[in-house]
Amino acid sequence: MQFDSFSSFLHMGGYAFYVWLSFAVSFGVMAVLVFASYRQHRSHLKSVVLEQERLQRIKRAKKNAAVSVSHDR
Amino acid sequence: MWKWLHPYAKTENAYQLCLTLQPWLWGCALVCLIVGTVWGLAFAPQDYQQGDSFRIIYIHVPSAILSMSTYIAMAVAALVGMVWQWRTAYMAMIAMAPVGAVMTFIALFTGAAWGKPMWGAWWVWDARLTSELILLFLYIGVIALYGAFEDKQQGGKAAGIMALVGVVNIPIIHYSVEWWNTLHQGATISKFDSPSIAPEMLWPLLINLAGFAFFIAAVTTVRLRSEIVLREMHRPWVKRLADESGVA
Amino acid sequence: MKHLLLGIARRDVRIAFQQKAELVQPIMFLLMVVTLFPLGVSPAPETLQRIGPGVIWIAAILSSLLSMDRLFREDFNDGSLEQYMLSGMPLSGVAAVKVLVHWLISFLPLLVLSPLLAMFLNLTLDMYVALIATLILGTPLLSFVGAIAVGLTVGLQRGGLLLALLLIPVFIPLLIFATSAVDSAALHLPYYSQLAIIGAMLLLAAASAPFAIAYSLKVSQN
Repeated sequence: MQFDSFSSFLHMGGYAFYVWLSFAVSFGVMAVLVFASYRQHRSHLKSVVLEQERLQRIKRAKKNAAVSVSHDR
Repeated sequence: MWKWLHPYAKTENAYQLCLTLQPWLWGCALVCLIVGTVWGLAFAPQDYQQGDSFRIIYIHVPSAILSMSTYIAMAVAALVGMVWQWRTAYMAMIAMAPVGAVMTFIALFTGAAWGKPMWGAWWVWDARLTSELILLFLYIGVIALYGAFEDKQQGGKAAGIMALVGVVNIPIIHYSVEWWNTLHQGATISKFDSPSIAPEMLWPLLINLAGFAFFIAAVTTVRLRSEIVLREMHRPWVKRLADESGVA
Repeated sequence: MKHLLLGIARRDVRIAFQQKAELVQPIMFLLMVVTLFPLGVSPAPETLQRIGPGVIWIAAILSSLLSMDRLFREDFNDGSLEQYMLSGMPLSGVAAVKVLVHWLISFLPLLVLSPLLAMFLNLTLDMYVALIATLILGTPLLSFVGAIAVGLTVGLQRGGLLLALLLIPVFIPLLIFATSAVDSAALHLPYYSQLAIIGAMLLLAAASAPFAIAYSLKVSQN
Protein backbone atom coordinates (compact mmCIF):
# COMPACT_ATOMS: atom_id res chain seq x y z
CA MET A 1 0.00 0.00 0.00
CA GLN A 2 1.58 3.23 -1.17
CA PHE A 3 -0.48 5.47 1.07
CA ASP A 4 -0.32 5.79 4.86
CA SER A 5 -4.00 6.42 5.38
CA PHE A 6 -7.26 6.51 3.49
CA SER A 7 -7.32 10.30 3.56
CA SER A 8 -3.85 10.46 1.99
CA PHE A 9 -5.11 7.99 -0.62
CA LEU A 10 -7.95 10.37 -1.46
CA HIS A 11 -5.51 13.30 -1.43
CA MET A 12 -3.35 11.65 -4.15
CA GLY A 13 -0.29 13.75 -3.32
CA GLY A 14 -2.11 16.98 -4.13
CA TYR A 15 -3.41 15.80 -7.50
CA ALA A 16 -6.73 14.59 -6.11
CA PHE A 17 -8.90 16.70 -8.41
CA TYR A 18 -7.24 15.56 -11.63
CA VAL A 19 -6.86 11.89 -10.74
CA TRP A 20 -10.38 11.41 -9.42
CA LEU A 21 -11.90 13.52 -12.19
CA SER A 22 -10.20 11.29 -14.77
CA PHE A 23 -11.28 8.04 -13.17
CA ALA A 24 -14.81 9.25 -12.46
CA VAL A 25 -15.46 10.59 -15.96
CA SER A 26 -13.89 7.57 -17.66
CA PHE A 27 -15.79 4.93 -15.73
CA GLY A 28 -18.91 7.09 -15.79
CA VAL A 29 -18.86 7.34 -19.57
CA MET A 30 -18.21 3.60 -19.83
CA ALA A 31 -21.19 2.90 -17.57
CA VAL A 32 -23.40 5.17 -19.69
CA LEU A 33 -22.27 3.29 -22.80
CA VAL A 34 -23.18 -0.06 -21.24
CA PHE A 35 -26.63 1.14 -20.11
CA ALA A 36 -27.32 2.76 -23.46
CA SER A 37 -26.33 -0.41 -25.34
CA TYR A 38 -28.57 -2.65 -23.27
CA ARG A 39 -31.42 -0.15 -23.48
CA GLN A 40 -31.08 0.00 -27.27
CA HIS A 41 -31.20 -3.81 -27.40
CA ARG A 42 -34.39 -3.90 -25.35
CA SER A 43 -36.00 -1.22 -27.48
CA HIS A 44 -35.13 -3.12 -30.67
CA LEU A 45 -36.69 -6.30 -29.25
CA LYS A 46 -39.75 -4.27 -28.27
CA SER A 47 -40.05 -2.83 -31.78
CA VAL A 48 -40.01 -6.39 -33.18
CA VAL A 49 -42.92 -7.35 -30.90
CA LEU A 50 -44.84 -4.17 -31.74
CA GLU A 51 -44.30 -4.74 -35.46
CA GLN A 52 -45.64 -8.31 -35.11
CA GLU A 53 -48.73 -7.06 -33.28
CA ARG A 54 -49.26 -4.45 -35.98
CA LEU A 55 -49.09 -7.10 -38.73
CA GLN A 56 -51.57 -9.23 -36.78
CA ARG A 57 -53.93 -6.28 -36.49
CA ILE A 58 -53.71 -5.65 -40.23
CA LYS A 59 -54.37 -9.32 -40.99
CA ARG A 60 -57.35 -9.39 -38.66
CA ALA A 61 -58.76 -6.21 -40.15
CA LYS A 62 -58.46 -7.65 -43.65
CA LYS A 63 -60.20 -10.87 -42.54
CA ASN A 64 -63.03 -8.93 -40.89
CA ALA A 65 -63.50 -6.84 -44.01
CA ALA A 66 -63.64 -9.99 -46.13
CA VAL A 67 -66.10 -11.64 -43.70
CA SER A 68 -68.39 -8.61 -43.56
CA VAL A 69 -68.39 -8.38 -47.36
CA SER A 70 -69.43 -12.04 -47.62
CA HIS A 71 -72.19 -11.45 -44.99
CA ASP A 72 -73.61 -8.51 -46.94
CA ARG A 73 -74.28 -10.65 -49.99
CA MET B 1 -7.84 -21.62 -42.76
CA TRP B 2 -10.71 -19.31 -41.94
CA LYS B 3 -13.39 -21.93 -42.58
CA TRP B 4 -14.40 -21.91 -38.92
CA LEU B 5 -15.49 -18.32 -39.35
CA HIS B 6 -17.94 -19.09 -42.15
CA PRO B 7 -20.96 -20.16 -40.05
CA TYR B 8 -20.97 -16.68 -38.48
CA ALA B 9 -21.92 -15.09 -41.78
CA LYS B 10 -25.37 -16.25 -40.77
CA THR B 11 -26.78 -13.74 -38.32
CA GLU B 12 -28.43 -16.35 -36.14
CA ASN B 13 -25.10 -18.06 -35.48
CA ALA B 14 -23.40 -14.75 -34.85
CA TYR B 15 -26.13 -13.85 -32.34
CA GLN B 16 -25.70 -17.15 -30.50
CA LEU B 17 -21.94 -16.73 -30.45
CA CYS B 18 -22.31 -13.27 -28.91
CA LEU B 19 -24.69 -14.65 -26.30
CA THR B 20 -22.26 -17.43 -25.38
CA LEU B 21 -19.19 -15.20 -25.20
CA GLN B 22 -20.86 -12.38 -23.33
CA PRO B 23 -20.74 -13.59 -19.70
CA TRP B 24 -17.08 -14.62 -20.09
CA LEU B 25 -16.14 -11.27 -21.58
CA TRP B 26 -17.93 -9.33 -18.85
CA GLY B 27 -16.34 -11.51 -16.18
CA CYS B 28 -12.81 -11.08 -17.51
CA ALA B 29 -13.39 -7.36 -18.05
CA LEU B 30 -14.61 -6.81 -14.49
CA VAL B 31 -11.80 -8.84 -12.91
CA CYS B 32 -9.03 -7.21 -14.96
CA LEU B 33 -10.37 -3.69 -14.55
CA ILE B 34 -10.86 -4.02 -10.79
CA VAL B 35 -7.46 -5.64 -10.23
CA GLY B 36 -5.65 -3.25 -12.57
CA THR B 37 -7.33 -0.11 -11.25
CA VAL B 38 -6.93 -0.91 -7.56
CA TRP B 39 -3.31 -1.99 -8.09
CA GLY B 40 -2.57 1.14 -10.10
CA LEU B 41 -4.33 3.55 -7.75
CA ALA B 42 -3.21 2.17 -4.40
CA PHE B 43 -0.28 -0.20 -4.79
CA ALA B 44 1.90 0.96 -7.65
CA PRO B 45 4.79 3.18 -6.60
CA GLN B 46 4.73 6.95 -7.07
CA ASP B 47 6.46 8.42 -10.07
CA TYR B 48 9.73 10.25 -9.33
CA GLN B 49 8.82 13.34 -11.37
CA GLN B 50 5.05 13.35 -11.56
CA GLY B 51 4.01 12.11 -8.14
CA ASP B 52 0.59 10.57 -7.87
CA SER B 53 -0.88 12.29 -10.91
CA PHE B 54 0.83 9.75 -13.16
CA ARG B 55 -1.74 7.18 -11.98
CA ILE B 56 -4.00 8.57 -14.69
CA ILE B 57 -1.77 6.55 -17.03
CA TYR B 58 -3.69 3.43 -16.05
CA ILE B 59 -6.71 4.73 -17.92
CA HIS B 60 -5.08 7.04 -20.45
CA VAL B 61 -2.66 4.61 -22.12
CA PRO B 62 -5.04 1.61 -22.45
CA SER B 63 -7.83 3.76 -23.84
CA ALA B 64 -5.49 5.49 -26.29
CA ILE B 65 -4.01 2.23 -27.59
CA LEU B 66 -7.41 0.57 -27.83
CA SER B 67 -9.01 3.55 -29.57
CA MET B 68 -6.60 2.90 -32.44
CA SER B 69 -7.00 -0.88 -32.36
CA THR B 70 -10.79 -0.62 -32.40
CA TYR B 71 -10.66 1.56 -35.49
CA ILE B 72 -8.42 -0.98 -37.19
CA ALA B 73 -10.82 -3.77 -36.14
CA MET B 74 -13.68 -1.73 -37.60
CA ALA B 75 -11.79 -1.38 -40.86
CA VAL B 76 -11.04 -5.12 -40.96
CA ALA B 77 -14.74 -5.86 -40.42
CA ALA B 78 -15.59 -3.44 -43.24
CA LEU B 79 -13.09 -5.15 -45.52
CA VAL B 80 -14.49 -8.60 -44.69
CA GLY B 81 -17.99 -7.32 -45.38
CA MET B 82 -16.95 -5.86 -48.70
CA VAL B 83 -14.87 -8.75 -49.99
CA TRP B 84 -17.08 -11.62 -48.83
CA GLN B 85 -20.36 -9.70 -48.85
CA TRP B 86 -21.14 -10.56 -45.22
CA ARG B 87 -23.86 -8.46 -43.65
CA THR B 88 -22.75 -9.65 -40.22
CA ALA B 89 -19.36 -8.04 -40.79
CA TYR B 90 -20.94 -4.64 -41.49
CA MET B 91 -23.12 -5.01 -38.40
CA ALA B 92 -20.04 -5.79 -36.30
CA MET B 93 -18.31 -2.70 -37.68
CA ILE B 94 -21.22 -0.47 -36.71
CA ALA B 95 -21.47 -2.15 -33.31
CA MET B 96 -17.83 -1.29 -32.59
CA ALA B 97 -17.91 2.32 -33.74
CA PRO B 98 -19.49 4.02 -30.68
CA VAL B 99 -17.31 1.93 -28.35
CA GLY B 100 -14.18 3.09 -30.14
CA ALA B 101 -15.41 6.67 -30.08
CA VAL B 102 -15.97 6.44 -26.30
CA MET B 103 -12.41 5.09 -25.87
CA THR B 104 -11.06 7.98 -27.92
CA PHE B 105 -13.00 10.48 -25.82
CA ILE B 106 -11.67 8.90 -22.61
CA ALA B 107 -8.12 9.09 -23.97
CA LEU B 108 -8.57 12.78 -24.83
CA PHE B 109 -10.24 13.67 -21.52
CA THR B 110 -7.76 11.84 -19.30
CA GLY B 111 -4.94 13.27 -21.41
CA ALA B 112 -6.24 16.78 -20.74
CA ALA B 113 -6.72 16.09 -17.02
CA TRP B 114 -3.18 14.73 -16.86
CA GLY B 115 -1.78 17.57 -18.89
CA LYS B 116 -3.18 20.34 -16.71
CA PRO B 117 -1.02 19.59 -13.64
CA MET B 118 1.94 18.52 -15.81
CA TRP B 119 2.08 21.15 -18.54
CA GLY B 120 -0.16 23.82 -17.00
CA ALA B 121 -2.72 23.70 -19.80
CA TRP B 122 -5.82 21.56 -20.35
CA TRP B 123 -5.09 21.39 -24.06
CA VAL B 124 -1.99 21.74 -26.18
CA TRP B 125 -1.82 21.14 -29.90
CA ASP B 126 0.87 18.52 -29.68
CA ALA B 127 1.21 15.64 -32.15
CA ARG B 128 -0.43 12.90 -30.15
CA LEU B 129 -3.40 14.84 -28.82
CA THR B 130 -4.11 16.31 -32.26
CA SER B 131 -3.93 12.88 -33.93
CA GLU B 132 -6.29 11.47 -31.30
CA LEU B 133 -8.75 14.34 -31.85
CA ILE B 134 -8.74 13.66 -35.60
CA LEU B 135 -9.35 9.96 -34.84
CA LEU B 136 -12.45 11.00 -32.88
CA PHE B 137 -13.64 12.98 -35.91
CA LEU B 138 -13.15 9.90 -38.10
CA TYR B 139 -15.23 7.76 -35.73
CA ILE B 140 -18.03 10.31 -35.59
CA GLY B 141 -17.99 10.56 -39.38
CA VAL B 142 -18.55 6.81 -39.74
CA ILE B 143 -21.34 6.82 -37.14
CA ALA B 144 -23.01 9.88 -38.69
CA LEU B 145 -22.82 8.43 -42.20
CA TYR B 146 -24.48 5.16 -41.14
CA GLY B 147 -27.17 7.05 -39.23
CA ALA B 148 -28.02 9.20 -42.25
CA PHE B 149 -29.14 6.24 -44.35
CA GLU B 150 -32.70 4.98 -44.18
CA ASP B 151 -31.68 1.69 -45.81
CA LYS B 152 -29.24 0.25 -43.29
CA GLN B 153 -27.78 -2.21 -45.80
CA GLN B 154 -26.70 0.64 -48.06
CA GLY B 155 -25.62 2.61 -45.00
CA GLY B 156 -23.38 -0.24 -43.88
CA LYS B 157 -21.59 -0.31 -47.23
CA ALA B 158 -21.13 3.46 -47.25
CA ALA B 159 -19.86 3.55 -43.67
CA GLY B 160 -17.56 0.64 -44.52
CA ILE B 161 -15.94 2.58 -47.33
CA MET B 162 -15.43 5.56 -45.03
CA ALA B 163 -13.90 3.32 -42.36
CA LEU B 164 -11.42 1.96 -44.90
CA VAL B 165 -10.55 5.44 -46.17
CA GLY B 166 -10.02 6.44 -42.56
CA VAL B 167 -7.76 3.54 -41.70
CA VAL B 168 -5.52 4.26 -44.69
CA ASN B 169 -5.45 7.86 -43.52
CA ILE B 170 -4.47 7.17 -39.92
CA PRO B 171 -0.74 6.63 -40.50
CA ILE B 172 -0.68 9.55 -42.97
CA ILE B 173 -2.39 11.85 -40.48
CA HIS B 174 -0.14 10.69 -37.66
CA TYR B 175 3.02 11.24 -39.70
CA SER B 176 1.95 14.65 -40.99
CA VAL B 177 0.86 15.86 -37.57
CA GLU B 178 4.17 14.77 -36.05
CA TRP B 179 6.08 16.54 -38.79
CA TRP B 180 3.92 19.65 -38.26
CA ASN B 181 4.61 19.46 -34.56
CA THR B 182 8.40 19.32 -34.97
CA LEU B 183 8.15 22.44 -37.14
CA HIS B 184 6.41 24.25 -34.33
CA GLN B 185 8.58 22.72 -31.65
CA GLY B 186 9.70 26.09 -30.32
CA ALA B 187 6.17 27.37 -29.95
CA THR B 188 4.53 24.50 -28.08
CA ILE B 189 5.02 23.61 -24.47
CA SER B 190 7.42 20.70 -23.99
CA LYS B 191 6.18 17.48 -25.52
CA PHE B 192 5.24 14.65 -23.26
CA ASP B 193 7.84 11.91 -23.47
CA SER B 194 6.82 8.43 -22.42
CA PRO B 195 9.39 7.43 -19.82
CA SER B 196 10.80 3.94 -19.63
CA ILE B 197 8.48 2.33 -17.15
CA ALA B 198 9.38 0.35 -14.05
CA PRO B 199 7.97 -3.21 -13.85
CA GLU B 200 5.93 -2.49 -10.68
CA MET B 201 4.18 0.22 -12.70
CA LEU B 202 3.98 -1.87 -15.85
CA TRP B 203 1.92 -4.81 -14.56
CA PRO B 204 -1.23 -2.90 -13.57
CA LEU B 205 -0.97 -1.09 -16.91
CA LEU B 206 -1.00 -4.37 -18.83
CA ILE B 207 -3.83 -5.75 -16.71
CA ASN B 208 -5.91 -2.63 -17.33
CA LEU B 209 -5.09 -2.87 -21.03
CA ALA B 210 -6.54 -6.39 -21.03
CA GLY B 211 -9.49 -5.20 -18.93
CA PHE B 212 -10.35 -2.42 -21.35
CA ALA B 213 -9.98 -4.80 -24.28
CA PHE B 214 -12.41 -7.28 -22.68
CA PHE B 215 -14.76 -4.37 -21.93
CA ILE B 216 -14.74 -3.27 -25.56
CA ALA B 217 -15.39 -6.84 -26.71
CA ALA B 218 -18.24 -7.29 -24.19
CA VAL B 219 -20.02 -4.06 -25.16
CA THR B 220 -19.53 -4.91 -28.84
CA THR B 221 -21.31 -8.25 -28.36
CA VAL B 222 -24.28 -6.44 -26.78
CA ARG B 223 -24.38 -3.86 -29.57
CA LEU B 224 -23.95 -6.50 -32.27
CA ARG B 225 -26.89 -8.50 -30.91
CA SER B 226 -28.93 -5.31 -30.83
CA GLU B 227 -28.02 -4.45 -34.42
CA ILE B 228 -28.81 -7.99 -35.62
CA VAL B 229 -32.26 -7.83 -34.01
CA LEU B 230 -32.96 -4.50 -35.71
CA ARG B 231 -31.77 -5.53 -39.16
CA GLU B 232 -33.23 -9.06 -39.16
CA MET B 233 -36.58 -7.98 -37.73
CA HIS B 234 -38.62 -10.16 -40.06
CA ARG B 235 -36.85 -13.45 -39.50
CA PRO B 236 -38.80 -16.11 -37.60
CA TRP B 237 -35.96 -16.72 -35.14
CA VAL B 238 -35.86 -13.03 -34.25
CA LYS B 239 -39.63 -12.95 -33.75
CA ARG B 240 -39.36 -15.99 -31.47
CA LEU B 241 -36.52 -14.35 -29.58
CA ALA B 242 -38.46 -11.13 -29.08
CA ASP B 243 -41.56 -12.97 -27.85
CA GLU B 244 -39.51 -15.03 -25.41
CA SER B 245 -37.59 -12.07 -24.08
CA GLY B 246 -40.72 -10.68 -22.47
CA VAL B 247 -40.18 -7.01 -23.28
CA ALA B 248 -43.71 -5.96 -24.15
CA MET C 1 -53.65 31.41 -31.72
CA LYS C 2 -50.95 30.64 -29.18
CA HIS C 3 -51.90 26.95 -29.38
CA LEU C 4 -51.39 26.91 -33.13
CA LEU C 5 -47.97 28.47 -32.91
CA LEU C 6 -47.00 26.17 -30.04
CA GLY C 7 -48.13 23.26 -32.18
CA ILE C 8 -45.89 24.38 -35.00
CA ALA C 9 -42.99 24.68 -32.56
CA ARG C 10 -43.58 21.20 -31.18
CA ARG C 11 -43.83 19.74 -34.68
CA ASP C 12 -40.55 21.33 -35.72
CA VAL C 13 -38.76 20.02 -32.62
CA ARG C 14 -40.09 16.52 -33.16
CA ILE C 15 -39.09 16.49 -36.83
CA ALA C 16 -35.62 17.76 -35.97
CA PHE C 17 -35.09 15.04 -33.36
CA GLN C 18 -36.18 12.30 -35.74
CA GLN C 19 -33.01 12.89 -37.70
CA LYS C 20 -30.54 12.85 -34.83
CA ALA C 21 -27.60 12.56 -37.20
CA GLU C 22 -28.56 15.86 -38.81
CA LEU C 23 -28.51 17.63 -35.47
CA VAL C 24 -24.96 16.59 -34.72
CA GLN C 25 -23.53 17.47 -38.13
CA PRO C 26 -23.34 21.28 -37.75
CA ILE C 27 -21.71 20.87 -34.32
CA MET C 28 -19.10 18.48 -35.71
CA PHE C 29 -18.48 20.85 -38.61
CA LEU C 30 -17.90 23.67 -36.14
CA LEU C 31 -15.48 21.55 -34.11
CA MET C 32 -13.54 20.47 -37.17
CA VAL C 33 -13.26 23.95 -38.67
CA VAL C 34 -11.92 25.28 -35.37
CA THR C 35 -9.42 22.38 -35.31
CA LEU C 36 -8.19 23.33 -38.78
CA PHE C 37 -6.86 26.70 -37.63
CA PRO C 38 -4.13 25.56 -35.25
CA LEU C 39 -3.13 22.99 -37.87
CA GLY C 40 -3.13 25.43 -40.77
CA VAL C 41 -1.88 28.59 -39.09
CA SER C 42 0.09 27.86 -35.94
CA PRO C 43 -0.49 26.13 -32.61
CA ALA C 44 1.39 28.81 -30.71
CA PRO C 45 -0.84 29.88 -27.82
CA GLU C 46 -0.34 33.61 -28.47
CA THR C 47 -1.32 33.28 -32.13
CA LEU C 48 -4.39 31.21 -31.27
CA GLN C 49 -5.49 33.74 -28.67
CA ARG C 50 -5.14 36.52 -31.23
CA ILE C 51 -7.19 34.82 -33.95
CA GLY C 52 -9.44 32.79 -31.62
CA PRO C 53 -12.53 35.02 -31.38
CA GLY C 54 -12.59 35.56 -35.13
CA VAL C 55 -12.15 31.84 -35.80
CA ILE C 56 -15.04 30.88 -33.54
CA TRP C 57 -17.35 33.51 -35.01
CA ILE C 58 -16.45 32.64 -38.61
CA ALA C 59 -16.93 28.94 -37.88
CA ALA C 60 -20.31 29.74 -36.27
CA ILE C 61 -21.41 31.76 -39.31
CA LEU C 62 -20.31 29.07 -41.77
CA SER C 63 -21.91 26.19 -39.90
CA SER C 64 -25.12 28.19 -39.50
CA LEU C 65 -25.20 28.80 -43.27
CA LEU C 66 -25.05 25.02 -43.76
CA SER C 67 -27.90 24.23 -41.42
CA MET C 68 -30.09 27.22 -42.21
CA ASP C 69 -31.36 25.74 -45.42
CA ARG C 70 -33.24 23.20 -43.32
CA LEU C 71 -35.46 25.97 -41.90
CA PHE C 72 -38.11 25.81 -44.61
CA ARG C 73 -36.90 22.98 -46.86
CA GLU C 74 -38.74 20.11 -45.12
CA ASP C 75 -41.98 22.05 -45.01
CA PHE C 76 -41.59 23.11 -48.63
CA ASN C 77 -40.95 19.53 -49.76
CA ASP C 78 -43.99 17.99 -48.12
CA GLY C 79 -46.34 20.88 -48.83
CA SER C 80 -46.95 22.10 -45.30
CA LEU C 81 -45.37 25.44 -46.12
CA GLU C 82 -48.11 26.00 -48.64
CA GLN C 83 -50.67 24.95 -46.03
CA TYR C 84 -49.28 27.47 -43.56
CA MET C 85 -49.54 30.17 -46.19
CA LEU C 86 -53.09 29.27 -47.19
CA SER C 87 -54.37 28.92 -43.64
CA GLY C 88 -55.59 31.98 -41.79
CA MET C 89 -52.53 32.11 -39.53
CA PRO C 90 -50.35 35.19 -39.70
CA LEU C 91 -47.30 34.04 -41.64
CA SER C 92 -45.06 36.35 -39.62
CA GLY C 93 -46.04 34.47 -36.45
CA VAL C 94 -45.26 31.14 -38.08
CA ALA C 95 -41.93 32.51 -39.27
CA ALA C 96 -41.01 33.87 -35.83
CA VAL C 97 -41.80 30.55 -34.14
CA LYS C 98 -39.84 28.53 -36.69
CA VAL C 99 -36.84 30.84 -36.35
CA LEU C 100 -36.89 30.55 -32.56
CA VAL C 101 -37.05 26.74 -32.69
CA HIS C 102 -34.26 26.70 -35.28
CA TRP C 103 -32.11 28.88 -33.00
CA LEU C 104 -32.68 26.53 -30.06
CA ILE C 105 -31.77 23.48 -32.10
CA SER C 106 -28.83 24.91 -34.03
CA PHE C 107 -27.22 27.51 -31.80
CA LEU C 108 -27.81 26.28 -28.28
CA PRO C 109 -25.35 23.40 -28.90
CA LEU C 110 -22.84 26.00 -30.05
CA LEU C 111 -23.24 27.91 -26.80
CA VAL C 112 -22.80 24.68 -24.82
CA LEU C 113 -19.72 23.77 -26.87
CA SER C 114 -18.19 27.25 -26.64
CA PRO C 115 -16.10 26.59 -23.50
CA LEU C 116 -14.44 23.66 -25.30
CA LEU C 117 -13.71 25.83 -28.34
CA ALA C 118 -12.35 28.60 -26.11
CA MET C 119 -10.03 26.07 -24.49
CA PHE C 120 -8.83 24.83 -27.89
CA LEU C 121 -7.99 28.38 -28.93
CA ASN C 122 -6.45 29.47 -25.63
CA LEU C 123 -8.89 32.25 -24.79
CA THR C 124 -8.67 33.83 -21.35
CA LEU C 125 -11.67 33.92 -19.03
CA ASP C 126 -12.31 37.63 -19.71
CA MET C 127 -12.29 36.95 -23.42
CA TYR C 128 -14.62 34.00 -22.98
CA VAL C 129 -17.15 36.06 -21.01
CA ALA C 130 -17.20 38.62 -23.82
CA LEU C 131 -17.43 35.84 -26.41
CA ILE C 132 -20.43 34.16 -24.81
CA ALA C 133 -22.16 37.55 -24.47
CA THR C 134 -21.65 38.25 -28.18
CA LEU C 135 -22.82 34.72 -29.06
CA ILE C 136 -26.00 35.03 -26.98
CA LEU C 137 -26.85 38.37 -28.57
CA GLY C 138 -25.53 37.65 -32.03
CA THR C 139 -26.67 34.13 -32.92
CA PRO C 140 -30.41 34.95 -32.78
CA LEU C 141 -29.57 37.80 -35.13
CA LEU C 142 -27.98 35.23 -37.49
CA SER C 143 -31.16 33.15 -37.34
CA PHE C 144 -33.59 36.02 -37.91
CA VAL C 145 -31.76 37.70 -40.76
CA GLY C 146 -30.69 34.40 -42.30
CA ALA C 147 -34.29 33.23 -42.41
CA ILE C 148 -35.18 36.15 -44.69
CA ALA C 149 -32.73 34.91 -47.30
CA VAL C 150 -33.77 31.30 -46.73
CA GLY C 151 -37.35 32.32 -47.42
CA LEU C 152 -36.26 33.79 -50.74
CA THR C 153 -34.26 30.73 -51.85
CA VAL C 154 -36.48 27.94 -50.54
CA GLY C 155 -37.94 27.07 -53.89
CA LEU C 156 -34.65 26.97 -55.72
CA GLN C 157 -32.97 23.72 -56.67
CA ARG C 158 -29.37 24.55 -55.80
CA GLY C 159 -29.85 27.24 -53.17
CA GLY C 160 -27.00 26.28 -50.87
CA LEU C 161 -24.05 28.35 -51.99
CA LEU C 162 -26.31 31.17 -53.12
CA LEU C 163 -27.52 31.47 -49.53
CA ALA C 164 -23.93 31.96 -48.39
CA LEU C 165 -23.31 34.63 -51.04
CA LEU C 166 -26.42 36.49 -49.95
CA LEU C 167 -25.84 36.33 -46.23
CA ILE C 168 -22.10 36.74 -45.69
CA PRO C 169 -22.05 40.46 -46.58
CA VAL C 170 -25.03 41.00 -44.30
CA PHE C 171 -23.29 39.24 -41.39
CA ILE C 172 -20.06 41.22 -41.70
CA PRO C 173 -21.11 44.05 -39.32
CA LEU C 174 -22.06 41.50 -36.68
CA LEU C 175 -18.71 39.75 -37.11
CA ILE C 176 -16.83 43.05 -36.77
CA PHE C 177 -18.61 44.17 -33.62
CA ALA C 178 -18.46 40.73 -31.98
CA THR C 179 -14.72 40.24 -32.52
CA SER C 180 -14.08 43.84 -31.52
CA ALA C 181 -15.86 43.18 -28.22
CA VAL C 182 -13.75 40.10 -27.47
CA ASP C 183 -10.54 41.88 -28.48
CA SER C 184 -11.40 44.74 -26.13
CA ALA C 185 -11.99 42.20 -23.37
CA ALA C 186 -8.52 40.79 -24.04
CA LEU C 187 -7.04 44.24 -23.41
CA HIS C 188 -9.22 44.67 -20.30
CA LEU C 189 -11.10 47.53 -21.97
CA PRO C 190 -14.88 47.94 -21.64
CA TYR C 191 -16.92 46.50 -24.48
CA TYR C 192 -20.44 47.66 -23.60
CA SER C 193 -20.77 49.77 -26.74
CA GLN C 194 -20.14 46.83 -29.05
CA LEU C 195 -22.64 44.70 -27.14
CA ALA C 196 -25.15 47.55 -27.23
CA ILE C 197 -24.90 47.83 -31.02
CA ILE C 198 -25.32 44.09 -31.45
CA GLY C 199 -28.28 44.21 -29.06
CA ALA C 200 -29.85 47.01 -31.05
CA MET C 201 -29.43 45.07 -34.29
CA LEU C 202 -31.02 42.06 -32.61
CA LEU C 203 -34.03 44.06 -31.42
CA LEU C 204 -34.50 45.55 -34.86
CA ALA C 205 -34.29 42.10 -36.43
CA ALA C 206 -36.63 40.49 -33.91
CA ALA C 207 -39.22 43.18 -34.51
CA SER C 208 -39.10 43.37 -38.30
CA ALA C 209 -37.62 40.11 -39.61
CA PRO C 210 -40.79 37.99 -39.16
CA PHE C 211 -42.67 40.32 -41.50
CA ALA C 212 -39.76 40.37 -43.94
CA ILE C 213 -39.61 36.54 -43.84
CA ALA C 214 -43.34 36.30 -44.49
CA TYR C 215 -43.04 38.68 -47.42
CA SER C 216 -40.04 36.83 -48.87
CA LEU C 217 -41.92 33.52 -48.61
CA LYS C 218 -44.86 35.04 -50.50
CA VAL C 219 -42.47 36.33 -53.14
CA SER C 220 -40.67 33.01 -53.63
CA GLN C 221 -43.77 30.84 -53.59
CA ASN C 222 -45.59 32.62 -56.38
